[in-house]
Amino acid sequence: MKPARFAYFQPDSVDEAVACLRENGGEARVLAGGQSLLVLMNRRQIRPTALVDLKRVRGLDYLVRDGEGLRIGALTRHIDIENADDPQIRTAFGVLPESARLIGHLPIRTRGTFGGSIAYADPRAEWCLLAVLLDAEVVVVSEDGSRTVPAKDFFTGAHQSAARWDEIVAEVRFPHPAPNAALVEFGIQQGDLPVVAASAAVDLDARGRIASARIALGGVADRPVRANGAEKAAVGSVPDGRLLDHLAQLASKELDPPADPRTDGHDRKELATVLVARALRASIARGATAGTGATPRTGATPGTSATAGTGRQADHQKAEDR
Amino acid sequence: MTAPSDTAPERLPDLVSDVASEPEPAPIPVEVTVNGDPRALSVEARRSLADVLNRALGLPGTQVGCELGACGTCTVLVNGEPARACLMLAVQADGTEVETVESLARDGRLNALQKAFSEKYALQCGFCTPGFLMLATALLRKEPDASRERIRESVSANLCRCGGYSQIIDAIESVATAGADATAGDAIPGDAVPRDATPGAEPTTAAEPTPGTDARS
Repeated sequence: MKPARFAYFQPDSVDEAVACLRENGGEARVLAGGQSLLVLMNRRQIRPTALVDLKRVRGLDYLVRDGEGLRIGALTRHIDIENADDPQIRTAFGVLPESARLIGHLPIRTRGTFGGSIAYADPRAEWCLLAVLLDAEVVVVSEDGSRTVPAKDFFTGAHQSAARWDEIVAEVRFPHPAPNAALVEFGIQQGDLPVVAASAAVDLDARGRIASARIALGGVADRPVRANGAEKAAVGSVPDGRLLDHLAQLASKELDPPADPRTDGHDRKELATVLVARALRASIARGATAGTGATPRTGATPGTSATAGTGRQADHQKAEDR
Repeated sequence: MTAPSDTAPERLPDLVSDVASEPEPAPIPVEVTVNGDPRALSVEARRSLADVLNRALGLPGTQVGCELGACGTCTVLVNGEPARACLMLAVQADGTEVETVESLARDGRLNALQKAFSEKYALQCGFCTPGFLMLATALLRKEPDASRERIRESVSANLCRCGGYSQIIDAIESVATAGADATAGDAIPGDAVPRDATPGAEPTTAAEPTPGTDARS
């Protein structure tokens, strides 16, 4: 179908955009890449009275190292993150370019934006998951100024966020490097949003024990969630296979995934167990190789999200065979 | 492909009657280069790029399938990158360069990639073909020697429901491994034996792209 009619605005700056948004009241929407918004509008699931197109707004597409952290401008496209060639980003935030490859297909990634995905707040989306895993902060801007919301408080439900109707997501800040972070996922088809995604960032101490572990899951609740119990239980342990499986079960036990038309909650709990174990293994494998001066530009390391890609390819083939 | 006059704002008939009673917002001016031609248009903001290509610019090659970004048959190149023309408003294309399937053939002659699709039986009903051609054009321009695996991954973006993926991959691979420039209209393996060809010369060798014919690569 075609979208219903709307008033169209193309402001030249963030200031103009937020003014325009407020002027048009709560029924206006912000258009960035449009790869989710236009689907909803084509289906007429939503009928915004006005669109505030950010295409003329300059200076919101960037990946900038900030001290040891990373700041990503909201209009940075998925493809720009996938192709980020700064070796420091590849080393400290390699999980970002790797996960970008899992988002949609290339023609979606050339248009869709990082900030758009965060603002859309899909509980399965890779960027939302990684924002929660890596304790990112979301910078939102309105006519009243800007404020910073921790990712764990930003996502408040399926496609719901702490951003008010008159606010625009301007930037996401990842405060700390995460060289060991890994993301794995299971989807029905390549390019689809995953059914369940799991991510982990494990740091080992000098004796090879787990110094800290962060585990986050997507697709198992109305927003990305951290597995706090499993994270706590991990600290101080030797990361052998038995422990990782145990942690994965702990993480899964904390979940109560709602049923959806395609899968019931039980399916996704099982998936979560498997995927958390894989994510933990991938993260630990990455930690083990990090000290060897591995070249940061060589795409995906075996065992990280590339594994997920291959896995999904296999699943995709199965789907085609049917 | 001749298109309607560039000067007159193009008006499209209403597509959906349930909103016909609502006041129509003012059309938005759009300047876009389509297949090398700069075009100035005036379009309603809710028109997709695909619809404007089809209906206002007289370029019917871009197919519209699902209109949800799933099938990929509307794939065009925007600033050289593949994009879904159904998930892009025409107003978003303002200031960009758009390439459609109509840009591939030159003077009525299929280019190497199109020829390969024909020779390898890479189409049955043909509905998905423009999207696959543009997807493959983008891939081969960036990676002229793309591996079969890369091609497989790339074409997973689009749907073919005649089930011709193997042949589509074969066709793209044959152009990739042939080393022909898929974007140059003159590089057509096996096509148009040069006038001064020696009798008995192997005609299937990929012709060298004529210098200057491919301004984009």
